[in-house]
Amino acid sequence: MSTSAAPGTASVGIVSPQRMHFAQPLILASGAALREYDLSYETYGTLNAERSNAVLICHALNASHHVAGVYADKPRSAGWWDNMVGPGKPIDTRRFFVIGVNNPGSCFGSTGPMSPDPASGRPYGASFPVVTVEDWVNAQARLVDALGITRLAAVVGGSLGGMQALAWATQFPQRLRACVAIATTPKLSAQNIAFNDVARTAIQSDPDFHGGDYYAHGVVPRRGLSVARMIGHITYLSGEDMTERFGRSLRSEEYAFGYGAEFEVESYLRYQGDKFAEYFDANTYLLITRALDYFDPARAHEGDLVRALAPAQARFLLVAFTTDWRFAPARTREIVSALVANGRDVSYAEIDAPHGHDAFLLDDARYHQLVGAYFVRLAEELG
Amino acid sequence: MLRQDLVQIAAWIPPNARILDLGCGDGTLLAHLRDTHNCSGYGVEIADASVLACVRRRVSVIQADLEAGLRFFPDDMFDTVVLSQTLQAMRNVEAVLREMLRVGRHGIVSFPNFGYWRHAVSLLAGHMPVSPEIPYQWYDTPNIHLCTPKDFELLAARLGLRITDRALLAGGVPVHFLEHLRASVAVYRFERR
Repeated sequence: MSTSAAPGTASVGIVSPQRMHFAQPLILASGAALREYDLSYETYGTLNAERSNAVLICHALNASHHVAGVYADKPRSAGWWDNMVGPGKPIDTRRFFVIGVNNPGSCFGSTGPMSPDPASGRPYGASFPVVTVEDWVNAQARLVDALGITRLAAVVGGSLGGMQALAWATQFPQRLRACVAIATTPKLSAQNIAFNDVARTAIQSDPDFHGGDYYAHGVVPRRGLSVARMIGHITYLSGEDMTERFGRSLRSEEYAFGYGAEFEVESYLRYQGDKFAEYFDANTYLLITRALDYFDPARAHEGDLVRALAPAQARFLLVAFTTDWRFAPARTREIVSALVANGRDVSYAEIDAPHGHDAFLLDDARYHQLVGAYFVRLAEELG
Repeated sequence: MLRQDLVQIAAWIPPNARILDLGCGDGTLLAHLRDTHNCSGYGVEIADASVLACVRRRVSVIQADLEAGLRFFPDDMFDTVVLSQTLQAMRNVEAVLREMLRVGRHGIVSFPNFGYWRHAVSLLAGHMPVSPEIPYQWYDTPNIHLCTPKDFELLAARLGLRITDRALLAGGVPVHFLEHLRASVAVYRFERR
């Protein structure tokens, strides 16, 4: 247990990350293997005696195992889904034992491109194997094993995290009661892949990238990473949300007739990009966007998503947001249709929220009430 | 307490049936059929509050516009497709009825009887009827396709639907004398011819 909930607050309180070492190789979809690896994770709440109340949270592109709570030494370090997970929150840590796990290939603690390659002792860098959503799920399942949990109450994720939740449902059908997939898609569109490619090209064309082995040169492809983040960020917001927040506002009264960050939106995006480049690893960005591109469970079934999802036994909650154009509601509806065709227990909510793809991370009463209600029912079943 | 037309609908549904409830509201009917008939299935509903109410009842619900919502479902998926107190608000009544029998073997609809005598009295007095079954003022009503039982039967015949059961309800009980005037609610069960 790593939590100490402060009474009277709706936060899980002070948390600390943990690490687990896995000595058995992880065989990857590519045919390569991770010979050994570590996973960083956090847990909140208490595992019940039956070990039936565990909820696994899967993270998206730029997040980590730090889902909820704060670190003791950093007061402004709230977890990325702190509004969703905590005492009295939709995923209520008074009832559920919540696990946040960092995926291999990430740059937040689990083994990734920045970690030393045991073969050479030097950072993996560009030689870190390409991992897929399915590989992540296999790695997560080993952590769940090691925590002594046979069957999860739920696997939950938004965006890329939702893909992992879906993959759990077909890779380990007996190991989860409920699959909660939010703002996700059964596969990226050509447009989605195109945005990812522009982001990767920005990173790879930064002179400081050095083919991915920039660690040895003591530099970081900061400019490329920043541009990648700017592009990504645009796809997370809705057009109307950007209009609402920035419009055409200028930082000063008049045009400067130059190319600096004159518009508020430029200033915002550049700030977001630069901030991101401070803490995110460029190789991880390449790797995670590629995992997004490759996710396509129907591919092994001649494009038939119904057959791809046929092994699933869990019950499903799918949520999409009307202004999300990155993974639009129509994409989630494809998943819903395929689950319905398989006769699965599925509920689908389409939340009319203004914030685009990012809505899955934000406070919205309808969204949070819905997820909360779903978990209340789930908790009742666990007894 | 189930609404009167829902009691009648439930009476026509066999145990263990797979049900689709279009415009399922707060999921009352589906929860009832699950608990008493061991039925399974889905509701389709557009309103946020109703979707939440369904999740609270542990009823599987798909949030969609009804007319688009049927696209989620493959042919012959359900034993019975229910459309209660909603037909009169559908834009494309014929398409919905056809779709109901594409995805299900049986269809059940209930709707307010526009020919109910109190409605006739209102009209004779010079006003659009407002009653417990059609509680809206003419200027804010969602009901764009009100009809009488005879009207519905004509449409059913034209669409090739075979009506297997009919209940014209007054005060919640089927009536058989002057039923077209006395009934406030009509409930029909039909299948493909």
